[in-house]
Amino acid sequence: MLEACGVATVGVRRPSELAGLDGIVLPGGESTTMDKLARTFDLFEPLRDALRDGLPAFGTCAGMIMLADHIESGIAGQETFGGLDVVVRRNAFGRQVDSFEEVVRFDPSWSEGFDFPATFIRAPWVEKVGDGVEVVARARLADGGDRIVGVRRGGLLATSFHPEITGDRRIHELFVDLVRHG
Amino acid sequence: MAEQTPETPTTGTPTTGTATVKRGMAEMLKGGVIMDVVTPEQAKIAEDAGAVAVMALERVPADIRAQGGVSRMSDPDMIDGIIEAVSIPVMAKARIGHFAEAQVLQSLGVDYIDESEVLTPADYANHIDKWAFTVPFVCGATNLGEALRRITEGAAMIRSKGEAGTGDVSNAVTHMRTIRAEIRRLGALEGDELYVAAKELQAPYELVREVAERGKLPVVLFTAGGIATPADAAMMMQLGAEGVFVGSGIFKSGNPAQRAEAIVKATTFYDDPDVVAKVSRGLGEAMVGINVEELPQPHRLAERGW
Repeated sequence: MLEACGVATVGVRRPSELAGLDGIVLPGGESTTMDKLARTFDLFEPLRDALRDGLPAFGTCAGMIMLADHIESGIAGQETFGGLDVVVRRNAFGRQVDSFEEVVRFDPSWSEGFDFPATFIRAPWVEKVGDGVEVVARARLADGGDRIVGVRRGGLLATSFHPEITGDRRIHELFVDLVRHG
Repeated sequence: MAEQTPETPTTGTPTTGTATVKRGMAEMLKGGVIMDVVTPEQAKIAEDAGAVAVMALERVPADIRAQGGVSRMSDPDMIDGIIEAVSIPVMAKARIGHFAEAQVLQSLGVDYIDESEVLTPADYANHIDKWAFTVPFVCGATNLGEALRRITEGAAMIRSKGEAGTGDVSNAVTHMRTIRAEIRRLGALEGDELYVAAKELQAPYELVREVAERGKLPVVLFTAGGIATPADAAMMMQLGAEGVFVGSGIFKSGNPAQRAEAIVKATTFYDDPDVVAKVSRGLGEAMVGINVEELPQPHRLAERGW
């Protein structure tokens, strides 16, 4: 996906692999597993520090959880890298039978907005955002309400949904823009 | 916390149970380990060890094999208990062809159904019509044709079958190698040869052509059946598995928590022998194995399903 946006990529599992990165993507998956493995293999602190020092990051679903300063419904002792002053509720949209697709409006301040086909899989949502955090996307609920599903602050971007599995590159391209131009 | 000015919500309508959502769920498990558990306590151990999901069942395959009899879907109370105990996805098994068991599992809110040869088949001709469900299905396969027939019926994830409950990885290897080799072979065929290939694979031409063009299945491919050690998991990942199911291998071993963690780490760092060596130390007794070659033919689970 990123390579199709014209950038070179490397997989990061070890602290040494953080060297030379201009930005990092924290993909979907299980946030509990990511936390566990990052801590076991001494990646947790170096990556948290790199994010604090301004390494741009794009987190999707579990990646959004890892970028949030606060989580609800995590497991005991679960930690996140943090960086975004938001409260994220894990598995907020429900179990797999509740997973859904929906076209959401993506409205970034640094580019034109667009309608985006979003895929939500046991997805989290953002309950609260702190000062300076920009809301870039909302999903509508069946009861007519809506939830925050995309946030950004500086070089940190996070979505509840998975742009990586649909082949639609527009949000990844916007992230690459953020990394290139700040 | 500051109040945000709400933007106008979108006009999108949420749609559940789509192929993207079902297959996407399996994408999120890639690189991970899914563990068989029979109690909420075991589920908790699996979650703490870093499992990406658990498979709730009444007896692990090694016990099913030892005790014999008809093996069925688990008690809903047991599944509920496991769903309550963990926050990671919970899968459960239904008998091959038993669509009513699958309906029950969907109603319980499990995240994935394994239409599994480990249980006693309910229908010796037909598998479940998996398109009819909102919940996604994983199915076993010993070769490419079998995998494609399951995908045609709506499976959103495939696992190579191996031979469950043995601790003998040899059949997992055979099945994974077979599936991958058959995919490579398709890629080498001329376009007009794919029609005959589809006939031989007993799978729809469109799907066969898609696999030939992409060089991979349209769904995630895990391995299962006989994985008992970190090195087993690392080998299966190097052979092209996108993740690992571990059944009896963990909770039939001497130190389940430590072995569970070791297999998770070996699956993540499958290409790093130093890590696999490190996590393989001091694990205690592995499960007592059964050599698949010594199993009488009627007792081989992989031959269930067609």
